[in-house]
Amino acid sequence: MKAICFNFEIHQPFRLKRYRFFDIGRDHYYYDDFLNDDIFERIARQSYVPAAETILKMIDATEGRFKCSIAISGTAFEQFERYCSEFIDLLKRMADSGCVEFVAQPYAYSLASLTDPEEFADQVAATCSMLHNRLGVKPKIVRNTELIYFDDLAPQLVQMGFKGCLTEGAKHILGWKSPNYVYTAASAPKLKLLLRNAKLSDDIAYRFSDSSWPEFPLTADKYINWIASTPVEEQIVNIFLNMETFGDMQPATSGIFAFLEALPRFAAEHGIDFVTPSEAISKIKAVGELSVVHPISSADEARDTSAWLGNRLQHEAFDKLYSVAERVRKCNNRALKQDWQYLQTCDHFFYMSTKRKADGSMHALFSPYETPFAAFTNYMNVLADFLMRVEEEFPSKVDNEELNSLLLTIANQGNEIEALNKELSSMRKNIEQYNIEHRPAEKPAKKAEKPKADKTKAAKADKPAKAPAKKAEKKS
Amino acid sequence: MKALMFGWEFPPHILGGLGTASYGLTRGMWECGDMDITFVIPKPFGDEDRSFANIIGTSQVPVAWREVNRDYVDSRIGAVMDPDLYFRLRDHIYADFNYMRTNDLGCIEFSGKYPANLLEEINNYSITAGVIARTLDFDIIHSHDWLTYPAGIHAKQVTGKPLVVHVHATEYDRSRGKPNPTVYGIERDGMTHADHIITVSNLTRQTVIDHYGIDPAKVTTVHNAVVPLDEELLRIENPRPSKEKVITFLGRITMQKGPEYFVEAAAKVLRNCSNVRFVMAGSGDMMDKMISLAAERGIADRFHFPGFQKGRQVYEMLKASDVYIMPSVSEPFGISPLEAMQMGVPSIISKQSGCAEILDNVIKTDYWDIDAMADAIHAIISYPALYKQMREDGLAEVAQITWDKAGQKVINIYNKVLGRG
Repeated sequence: MKAICFNFEIHQPFRLKRYRFFDIGRDHYYYDDFLNDDIFERIARQSYVPAAETILKMIDATEGRFKCSIAISGTAFEQFERYCSEFIDLLKRMADSGCVEFVAQPYAYSLASLTDPEEFADQVAATCSMLHNRLGVKPKIVRNTELIYFDDLAPQLVQMGFKGCLTEGAKHILGWKSPNYVYTAASAPKLKLLLRNAKLSDDIAYRFSDSSWPEFPLTADKYINWIASTPVEEQIVNIFLNMETFGDMQPATSGIFAFLEALPRFAAEHGIDFVTPSEAISKIKAVGELSVVHPISSADEARDTSAWLGNRLQHEAFDKLYSVAERVRKCNNRALKQDWQYLQTCDHFFYMSTKRKADGSMHALFSPYETPFAAFTNYMNVLADFLMRVEEEFPSKVDNEELNSLLLTIANQGNEIEALNKELSSMRKNIEQYNIEHRPAEKPAKKAEKPKADKTKAAKADKPAKAPAKKAEKKS
Repeated sequence: MKALMFGWEFPPHILGGLGTASYGLTRGMWECGDMDITFVIPKPFGDEDRSFANIIGTSQVPVAWREVNRDYVDSRIGAVMDPDLYFRLRDHIYADFNYMRTNDLGCIEFSGKYPANLLEEINNYSITAGVIARTLDFDIIHSHDWLTYPAGIHAKQVTGKPLVVHVHATEYDRSRGKPNPTVYGIERDGMTHADHIITVSNLTRQTVIDHYGIDPAKVTTVHNAVVPLDEELLRIENPRPSKEKVITFLGRITMQKGPEYFVEAAAKVLRNCSNVRFVMAGSGDMMDKMISLAAERGIADRFHFPGFQKGRQVYEMLKASDVYIMPSVSEPFGISPLEAMQMGVPSIISKQSGCAEILDNVIKTDYWDIDAMADAIHAIISYPALYKQMREDGLAEVAQITWDKAGQKVINIYNKVLGRG
């Protein structure tokens, strides 16, 4: 029995506005709201909403036999809330149907996993709590930004409680192996890996409406036939697509929605099922281990991290950004933390790529900038301002360890004050209790009034009285 | 294939970009093989590189018969012309030009520059072109820039050979849209008589189509290229090593080059950065105005005018620079950013420059967008990663822009014009 495992990725970055160097230190708002609104609403209208409606329709029509999974980044979710809140209801309906599994991923769709495991864990946790709070689901499966995966990541994912991870079926890793099996991670055998079938995924994502492609036009019948004709032992085909493939990359007029809708019918004819990633890893036995020493991803021809960290500009921006990671995590400034998330989004680095040819045109297609140099300049100007704000929060002459001990002292003092306050109030209660017990003759009406007055009085009087005492205690 | 080219300048005696481009192109075509090129210039000095083209100076072409012997001719002009050629040319004098001011050899004197009586010199050049065209054997005529269009037309009329005109610049670029009608007339005349027109950029091609009313099918762009620099120039040491960053503008200080935008951008940068100096090297009719503008903006202490630079000085200047800037309002091609890139200097160029069409590893801004220009300057001097990336990728990119590729394109155009498919 074969099965298709769909995963639809929903991500949009907060694109930066044109930020000149004379804005550094003066303007702390970095985002191009107009552009973001414009792009987001267009894609939501053309793609996200109709695609979600199609999926819901398919679930209804097949009485729950059609299943898929969705991954959504925090930055996209926030933009849905801002620009297209009706989509959240569609997500909720999908979650409630039980046929759509939600997959965790870094909140800011960042590259944190490559440099800062703690930041990566925080971001995945943030997405999980977002999904739990808003959709009531608890993800068991994770996919990293752009399907980035490498050996060192696996133990961390297991530790975070994930059972499976989605990644790219990169040819240079697989060699003769097929992506159409379930694998386990070499570095953490508990973690199952589902590998994207690049050929079948890209047939839909990039070639569907390409009339120069020999297989054009692609029909659901033909597509399912391809899947059915894979060797019998290959039990799963992982089709991981960006959600905007439907309606945006491939316009509605190309018939992409009808294609999607027709898939379950032809799949049923060939006895092909649809599964969620969780079902896939529990139903299908893993065939072997997969070791990935250097990070792989689904981006560009190289399927590595060179789309974001391929040249000097990207490395410079990336290193500068993560140099303050620890400090930002320590601070409590919410605006700063929010910018910290938004600036990590991998798209900013994608725009700085200086690759040429086919890859280059893909980078240029998505970039709001005319050139990679403009992307870099603008990002660095924003980052310069951001770094200044971090510096204001914690001056860089205080090193991390010193800062730690200072923050610890503050935290300890806070705890101490809390403990003392608790003690104080329990003491006060004891005194009240004592008073009540030892003055039984008083009238009930007065009794109700008195403690109240006592309390406010005590609160006013006791605190200043106690505080100097505490100080004195410490000094001694 | 034999080509007769008419040009005005030829290295090493050049006054602008025209000579460099003509030289590079001729050499590039020669490298493609099977090309026999005769290059006509007004006044050769004898130190031109003649290895790849026969150079004829119109100031050695007789237009009036003089009875002279071979030894005399050799002693007079032997350094720049073979006496045999002189006598062959003398046999093809087609009218009596004794009324003109001619010298002892029956030749007209040329300055070879851009003198006040330029139009007269252009006319004289065309007269001698008639003699040359009648003497030599060639398949195609190629005229570089408007100064030589009349000569090209003349040669075409007497021989019936096809004419290709090469537009290195138009009057529209030089005058910011207010052309001199005489020059415009000469240009349009050349273009209409031409069998094919080569422009140095798509920008210029569009000007030719829009402002001169030429059929687009007849106009093809062949972008300019650069000759690789000599080892010796690459080895030049930075004459003024300093921690201060230097931003350089090199070129004629004229309306076309947009110098005022550079001054304004400099003022913006200096408001936020202190560790930077600006240099406007060159001369021109707007220089005084720029000096007072810099003073008016209160940046004269950091804005310098070293004057016209030539030869090796140009490369020394580039070596001392951290950023090269060309804010031209309208630049048909603009070879100087390519030279800066050869020296490893990151460049900022205006989108209104022809070379912007072929360069990737430069920052392009609108010439009027001083904010963007200031921002780009700041970025290159503040973010070392950007500087290094642009420097290295720029070197690699410019090494690929060679004249033999441009030469091959021109040869292809010749073949098309000659119907040799």
